[in-house]
Amino acid sequence: MIDRTLVQRLGFGLLGLIAFVVVAPILLVIGVIVARGISAINWQFLSTMPHGGMKQGGILPAIVGTLWLTLGTALVAVPIGVGGAIYLSEYARDTRLTRSIRLAIVNLAGIPSIVYGLFGLGMFVLFLRFGTSILAGSLTLAIMTLPVIISTAEEALRAVPQEFRTVSESLGGTRWQGIRNIVLPQALPGIITGVILGLLRAAGETAPILFTVAAFYLPRLPSSPLDQTMALPYHLYVISTQVPGMPLSVQYGTALVLLALVLSLNIVASVMRRHFRRKRQW
Amino acid sequence: MRGRVRGGRASEFAMETLIRVLGFSTIGFVLLIFLFLLREGVPVFFEVPLKGIFSSHWYPTFGFFGTLPLILGSILVTVFSIVIALPLGVATAVFVREVAPRWVRDILKPIIEVLAGIPSVVLGFFGMTFVAPFVRVLGAPTGLTAFTGAFILAYMALPTIISVAEDALDSVPRSYRDAGLAMGATRWQTMWRVVVPAARSGILTAVMLGMGRAIGETMAVMMVTGNAAVMPSSLAALFKPIRTMTSTIAAEMGEVARGSTHYHALFGIGIILFVLTFLINLAAASAIFQKKRRGGLR
Repeated sequence: MIDRTLVQRLGFGLLGLIAFVVVAPILLVIGVIVARGISAINWQFLSTMPHGGMKQGGILPAIVGTLWLTLGTALVAVPIGVGGAIYLSEYARDTRLTRSIRLAIVNLAGIPSIVYGLFGLGMFVLFLRFGTSILAGSLTLAIMTLPVIISTAEEALRAVPQEFRTVSESLGGTRWQGIRNIVLPQALPGIITGVILGLLRAAGETAPILFTVAAFYLPRLPSSPLDQTMALPYHLYVISTQVPGMPLSVQYGTALVLLALVLSLNIVASVMRRHFRRKRQW
Repeated sequence: MRGRVRGGRASEFAMETLIRVLGFSTIGFVLLIFLFLLREGVPVFFEVPLKGIFSSHWYPTFGFFGTLPLILGSILVTVFSIVIALPLGVATAVFVREVAPRWVRDILKPIIEVLAGIPSVVLGFFGMTFVAPFVRVLGAPTGLTAFTGAFILAYMALPTIISVAEDALDSVPRSYRDAGLAMGATRWQTMWRVVVPAARSGILTAVMLGMGRAIGETMAVMMVTGNAAVMPSSLAALFKPIRTMTSTIAAEMGEVARGSTHYHALFGIGIILFVLTFLINLAAASAIFQKKRRGGLR
């Protein structure tokens, strides 16, 4: 008879080892990119135009392009997403129609990013004649971001206790007044966390902007929403696969800037979530 | 005063209508996406005979649009990534939920969340420059192979698999555990013979969502699989370059003329991908909805 507690101890050890195998490469990815990219980062790299076939100079237009795209995505996705979440949490009853909305959200979340790219090309670039532009890309990214924003915002709204709504109604407030004055402000931190999580995903996406926004090499800053622009993720793809003889330090430097942007937003979101969860009095 | 209230009513009505419209908008977007894929992709089925579409040669410049190597490429990479990710994911979820002390959990979970946030192009770049050289040592000439892709994809699917599997374990009632322990089983035995089997439908959902994520992944796969549209005929294909449906669209759409057969064919691949992920997510979602409605576990 094998000692059962020995089996258990070995088993737990094995599970711990596997968890380590899962987590270690994540730290490795970040560690390697930081170690190899940090030497390329300086003020000039962040604030000047690329030149010399992108092998020299900075990545300013890619950074600015990504910021514009993210802003555009937010302008479209936040009102639609938060509105959709308010509907689902405050108005919708459990009907067949509501279930199909939920199904639509699950499916939007599952559509491959490259298919969003095709859709953006077909609808915004060609059919609506926006051309390859920040506008077309922002709209594409916004639809892709919706599921994240809707589900996190709905969760935040549902977390607000039912009594708050009842009290508002018993004081003579209408349903909308209750939502606007009580429920929304209470859920706001959770909603903002969700919005940040959605936007950081949009900021890092490459496939949806391949045919809707991205300019291979455009050493000037965009001046209108109908301009093409460079963008960080696409730029990283271009310099690591399409440009022969690209110095590795520039590639890692670009990867580091993108990673730092996304991870810092990630940290902001999780710190916010923790902070407000602790401060909450209900 | 009275007028103000009435004005408030009108704007309130407008607001509530707007919210209703926004609520339904997601259904509209799914339909719009499918509509535009059909609009640009369906012509290929008239331009290329059905036999040609499912043949084994993809040479667009010579008029061969056989999607079979691309479909098999996607399936090979996806299945193999799940083979890697499933045991790792379930074991990690069990460790985090059932074994690890609180402080270990508080370290592990944020790191796994970080992985979910790393852009796929960054992971692809890392795979190309850092992982591929190791695969080269294993005997593949460039290191850019189906295996490299599956390996990277496995890690991209892990955050999804772990968090859904964790929820599934979490929803197993405490009394199941207590009953197992009361029968004299160790925690280890209770975990694997009671808790994990009770959570199996949730774990299956986790696998399906992970698969949906893997089959639709584009940039990382395109950068590390070597992009050769050849038929994967045996398991040895794992260590050869391969090409998936997603990376074919991404790599070729930039160069095709609008309205050409090639253009329509790429949208046609988009239709296949849309339908495939739709079915996978439908299956996963119906498992989730069913559990909620039955209200059994939890």
